[in-house]
This record gives sequence, C-alpha cells and structure tokens, in this order.
Amino acid sequence: MKPVRAVGRVSLGVLQQVGAVAQFALHGVVAAVTPPWYFRQLARQVMAIGYLSLPVVGLTAVFTGAALALNIYTGGGRFNAEQIMPQIVALGITRELGPVLAALMLAGRVSAAIAAELGAMRATEQIDAMRTLSTDPMRYLVGPRILAGVICLPLLTAVADTIGIAGGWLVATRTLDFNPSLYLRNTADFLNGWDIESGLIKAAVFGFIVTLMGCWHGYNASGGARGVGRATTLAVVSAAILIFLSDYLLTTWFSRA
Amino acid sequence: MTEPVPKLEWRDVAIAFGGHAVLDGLDLAAAAGRSLVIIGASGQGKSVTIKLALGLMTPDRGQLLVDGVDTTHADGPQRRALYRRFGMLFQGAALFDSLTVWENVAFRLLNADRLGRGAARERAIEALTKVRLGADVARLYPSELSGGMQKRVGLARAIVGAPEIMIFDEPTTGLDPITADAVNDLIIEQVRGLGCTAVSITHDLASARKIGDDVAMLHGGRIVWRGPVAELDRSGNAYVEQFIAGRADGPITAAI
Repeated sequence: MKPVRAVGRVSLGVLQQVGAVAQFALHGVVAAVTPPWYFRQLARQVMAIGYLSLPVVGLTAVFTGAALALNIYTGGGRFNAEQIMPQIVALGITRELGPVLAALMLAGRVSAAIAAELGAMRATEQIDAMRTLSTDPMRYLVGPRILAGVICLPLLTAVADTIGIAGGWLVATRTLDFNPSLYLRNTADFLNGWDIESGLIKAAVFGFIVTLMGCWHGYNASGGARGVGRATTLAVVSAAILIFLSDYLLTTWFSRA
Repeated sequence: MTEPVPKLEWRDVAIAFGGHAVLDGLDLAAAAGRSLVIIGASGQGKSVTIKLALGLMTPDRGQLLVDGVDTTHADGPQRRALYRRFGMLFQGAALFDSLTVWENVAFRLLNADRLGRGAARERAIEALTKVRLGADVARLYPSELSGGMQKRVGLARAIVGAPEIMIFDEPTTGLDPITADAVNDLIIEQVRGLGCTAVSITHDLASARKIGDDVAMLHGGRIVWRGPVAELDRSGNAYVEQFIAGRADGPITAAI
C-alpha cells in the first residue's frame, strides 16, 4: 500500500498547488480589473515590463529572424523552393517565434524581477505593512503587474514581429541576393490578419503567465534570502514551461478554429 | 462598578505551526490609554501575538477583540476599516524601498484615503517633524537612511493617521543604546500625545521599563506573569526573575 499512498499524497499535493495558483490568479485578475485602481503603479509596471524590455526583445527578434531566414533558405534549397523563404519567415515569426521568444525573454527578465522584488518585500514585512496601511497588496502589487503584462507583451510581440521580419529581410537582401522590394511585397501579400492576431492573442496569454508566475512565487516566498532565490528560479522555470504548454494548446485550438 | 472594556484583548487564543503549539490559551488585555509591554524569550510567540491582533494571522482557537468587538475573522472592508484604528511600527521598519520617505509616511493617505499628493506630502512632513526629521529627508529613499532614521520614519508612518492603538515590534532592536533611548522617548511622546493605547513587544528591558505602564511575560504560549512595570523587579516569578537576570539556568531554556 505504501507506493499507492505515496502516489496519492503527491497527486493531492499537486492538485492543492494547482488550486492555490488558480485561486491566486482569479484574485489577481479581479484586482486588476476592478477598482480601486493604482494608475501610478500600472504606469511604473508598463515602463518596467514593456519599455525596458524593448532592447532585449528587439535584439532577440532580429537575430532569430536572420537565422530563421538562413535555415529556411538552406532547407528550401533542397527541393528548389528558396523563393518561399520570405513567406515562411513571416509566418514563423508572427505565429510562433515572435510571441514565444518575447515571452521567454520576459520570463527571464520580468518574472525573475517580480519574484525577487515581491519575495524581498515578503521577507522584510513590507507586504504585511501594506495591509496594516489599509491597502490590499493584491490590488497594489499583483493587479497592476498582471495588467501590465497582458498589455505589454502583445505590444512587444508586434515590435518583435516587425524586427524579426526585418532581420530576415536584411540577411536575404544582403547575403542571399533577394530583391528588397519583392521580398517585402511577398511578405505583405502572403500574411493575413489572423497570422498576426493569433500571435498577439498568444502574447496576451503569455504576458499573463509571466507576470502571474513572478507574483505567485514572490508573494508566497518564505525562508529569507534563500527563499527569495528559490522563488526567483521557480518563477522563471514555471513561466517557461507554462509558455510552451499554453503555446501548444493555443496553436492546436487555433488550427481547429 | 463594571470593569472597563479593554481596548485590545486576546481571549483564549491558540495557534500552532507544523504541530508545534506557539500560543496555547493566551489571555491578555490592553487597557485603553495605557502602554502594555510583552516580554519573553526568543521563539515564545511575541511576534505571532501582535500579528494575530493585527489580523495578519488567524488563530486556531480563541478571539481577538477591539473595544469588546470580536475581530478575529474580520476581512475585506471591515478589516481595512479596522486597520485605520491601528498604527504599527515593524521591527525592521518595513519601509517600501521603491518609494521616497514622504511617500512611505503618506502611504495610507495616498492609497487608502485617496488624498491629493500635495496635501498628503504636507501631512507626511508634519509627521516627520514630530519624530525630529526635517523636510530635507522627505525626498530621500529608505536605503539612504540609517537604521535609527528608518525607525523614526516607520514611527511617522504609524502616527500620521492618528491611530487609537499603536503596536511596536521590537522598537529598539539593532540600535545603539543612545539611538534606542531617543526612539523610546519619541514613542512615549507620540503615544501620550495621541492618547492612544500602546502594545509593544521587546527583549530590551531598558526599553520595556521606559515605555511600559504594564508588563506581561509570555512563556510556553501563555502569560506567566503580569503587573505594573514598577513591580517587575519584585515579581516573585521565576520566569521573570531569570529573564531580568539574563541567566541561562532556570525554568526558561535558551533557544540554542
């Protein structure tokens, strides 16, 4: 009976954790969309999550677009289909790589920063202090971060899409002798609205996941400096795993719709 | 004559963590307008006692009463309204790192009372003046202040809303004796000035003697002695005597 009991205990533990995260997420969403709102906090988070992530997202996008173009050119060359490279680069960037890579960059930069900041606030009793000052920390700390994530990641993805396609264009026109205007025309003619919209919807979901994981692990950190370190690691790892999982589920859903 | 209703009361309060009972039938009351100091060895549940009073923890058993009203399970708006009656100075001051000193002091005014920034800043500077800090400190960040100054900013934040009950968690811990005495003086001045009830927890006997009217000794999850501060040295209680003498041998086992 011991192995059965152990499996049962682990399963119950996982379910309990999932339930706790779901409850926290619901509380966070309610805090984000109902008053009182803290606009100054929201503005700070939009700055930290969105504006300050532009360089890292932009650099990732330009190199990914360029490398993707080279790989598609090589692969397409095996059956004389090099000319479809602009279309495949655009499709790959807008539907998949733009949102996923922007989200992964944010998981590393933002999830970790949120978990560390809230974890340190927990360790130094700042979250308790906030409650005693008649201010709900879920509304002041968690709500604005989640809202900023959901707003900023689609915007960052739009930037990543543009820069990623530009990276592919640069490589194609500078090293592979593609015609610059023809490349852009092929890209524009091929892409439809849903290619871009589906990527932006994914980005909004990823923005929610990235900020939620940072807030959850930071808000519930315990055990001093070690606990803050553990919260930071768990925030990044769990955000990355959930990004890949939800990406697959959303792609499956979109492909059937 | 009926007994006056205590301002703050712990009634048969029990709480355990991981099967270990920290408080086990705690009965304690703070009379209105008086300063109660809770002393006790490390790990005896002093911090838990005040966190329960503030609703930051919920007891497994018992009641927390404010003016005779049960507040044990107060939540949401009721709890936030209750917090307006409390001022709390945390052990490490618990100032918000990302905000300036005046924004810390005015935090409740800005975010709970929705006061305009200009008016809130004026109130914050007024409170800072009461704890002997100048307006030039207002625009600094907590990381730019010494430990003593951070405690004073924490005190200013606690008094800015003119609370009815002030709670002090180890107000002099980590301070040199001179700064600690200055903080004690400020606590007495502000508590008397506001005419509020004060509850403090401390290891520091000098501080307990200075800021307290009454002292309660917490051990084994219960109050083992309580009396006026003047009676502390002739309590006749083995726990109190060992604690005052600072001896390792006695009924209290050192937490090492």
